[in-house]
Amino acid sequence: MTSTEASELKRKAIEVRKLTVEQIAHLGVGHIGGSMSVVEILVLLYYRHLKIDPKNPRMRERDKFVMSKGHAGPALYSVLADRGFFSTDMLYTLNQGGTNLPSHCDMNRTPGIDMTTGSLGQGLSAAVGIALGHRLQGLPGRVVALIGDGDTNEGQTWEAAMSASMYGLGNLVAFTDYNKMQIDGPIDSIMKTDNLGERWESFGWYAQTVDGHDFVALDDALKRALAERRRPSMIIADTVKGKDLPGIEGDYKNHNMPLGAEDRDRFFEHFAQLEEALS
Amino acid sequence: MNYKIARAGAGAAAVTTTKPPEMRAVYAEELIRMAEDDDRIVVLDADLMRANGTESFRERFPERHIDVGVAEANMVGVAAGLSTLGIIPFPGTFTCFAARRTFDQFFISAAYAMLNVKLTGSDPGVAAAFNGGTHMSFEDIGLMRTIPEMVICEPADPVSLKALLPQIAYRQGSSYLRLHRKPIALIYDDGEEFELGKGKLIAEGDDIAIIATGAIMVAEALKAAELLEGYGISSTVIDMHTVKPIDEKLVVEAARRTGAVLTAENHQVRNGLGSAVAEVLTDHHPVPQARVGILDEFGEVGTQEYLQERFGLTSENLVKRAQELIKRKR
Repeated sequence: MTSTEASELKRKAIEVRKLTVEQIAHLGVGHIGGSMSVVEILVLLYYRHLKIDPKNPRMRERDKFVMSKGHAGPALYSVLADRGFFSTDMLYTLNQGGTNLPSHCDMNRTPGIDMTTGSLGQGLSAAVGIALGHRLQGLPGRVVALIGDGDTNEGQTWEAAMSASMYGLGNLVAFTDYNKMQIDGPIDSIMKTDNLGERWESFGWYAQTVDGHDFVALDDALKRALAERRRPSMIIADTVKGKDLPGIEGDYKNHNMPLGAEDRDRFFEHFAQLEEALS
Repeated sequence: MNYKIARAGAGAAAVTTTKPPEMRAVYAEELIRMAEDDDRIVVLDADLMRANGTESFRERFPERHIDVGVAEANMVGVAAGLSTLGIIPFPGTFTCFAARRTFDQFFISAAYAMLNVKLTGSDPGVAAAFNGGTHMSFEDIGLMRTIPEMVICEPADPVSLKALLPQIAYRQGSSYLRLHRKPIALIYDDGEEFELGKGKLIAEGDDIAIIATGAIMVAEALKAAELLEGYGISSTVIDMHTVKPIDEKLVVEAARRTGAVLTAENHQVRNGLGSAVAEVLTDHHPVPQARVGILDEFGEVGTQEYLQERFGLTSENLVKRAQELIKRKR
């Protein structure tokens, strides 16, 4: 990835953060922290790697994406709207009665969502099923899953991990949004997951750990993961919960919190500074 | 007895049957038969393929059989993922794990996601026998009944299983098949037709209606009806193979005709068939009802015969309860 390309993606990441803050501040409350930590991963996937067609969201040969941490829906909705799956106006309907953008991802409501998620621990199993199905049906698409610290606590995630390596699912790549915060506090005070890379390696996965906000590092890791065809890959993305939101960045209390117009304005001021630094 | 079906043994085909087939063998044969013509049929197991009879499916279609080891939650999640691609997955395990252990996975990843997962639970209720209380599911129908739009089916014999399984496979939506896996007495003659969601009227009588579900209790209900006939009591007998959606029309017709309804299930009477029938009667045609099944107890270990006695899942108990119920008729 050239530095120009990386700068373009950085600009896109700021736009996605704006759209996501806009959605949640419009509603007044939401899962802001975990939506901010996944932005670079989503931007890298949706603007550079995933084979998808916004005009044909169900295209059979597409790559599939499973957002196992379903509460990060708002960040994904921003990306999908920006990529043209639906209008950005729809973002203002987040969590309103009758909306097609519920807090947790719903494949039956939102164009571009490949799997319904929200009960943590279930996404990776579904991704394993999709990857097995692609193999059975001879489909070329890759399957990408994104799990979080909460998913990592769930036993089912490790059941899925075992089955993915048992079946040699080289068409499956997963990211861990390793922001090291869970609802009740920092993971070190609630449920430690030290040596996460070694854990995934010991489950038979190809594991890499990279800075989850560094596009060049993420892109290099994803390329290596996509080149690995014999076993599933895990990219542990070292991230910050509430990334780029002054005042609440890195605070576990930002998991699901009220956001007002003042917060929005403060964040947007910071985004303007980030944009200026890029130009 | 005024039978409305051709009983097993009546037709030429049954003459060659020396012993009753195992339900699990019929289940696997039927899956293989469907899979021969349809590559969307996939079977998943959680280290119980030998118990559930699906080893033969694995031998025939190794690439379309997925054993995930002892990880039922993952099995249901993987099945949900497969079904997003139009694959028709049949994950199976014992009823206790199918319902209790994977409830949230089946609820969210399969049902709420509007996917197409055909979950099969085997060894329902007292059929778990020597596996004992830990494996004895008296609550699985209850759990499944609370899932919106869920289809719950418990066939009573191999003929009905063979007829209902393709209907389960080819209706869009997740479902729960409650499968007795061991050999059982045949009830229906070959060729009897069944429709998912429509109860089977086995016999018609005027004094009482016995509505039963599953391999054990439909057979006991028939024996009870024959015993009652000896006391001059004529019974309507219904095989309610589909517990949800329940055949309301048939329940109401039976209540109108007989004025008394006895339900029989190898399950808690709370939130099982008895509750489902009571809901229909309350809404449409209240008549005296009694429910034979498990009365708020956990399971325990023993032979199936012992456990049927222990929990009152016998034709003798049905006769007793029927006689009491008839006295309550208006």
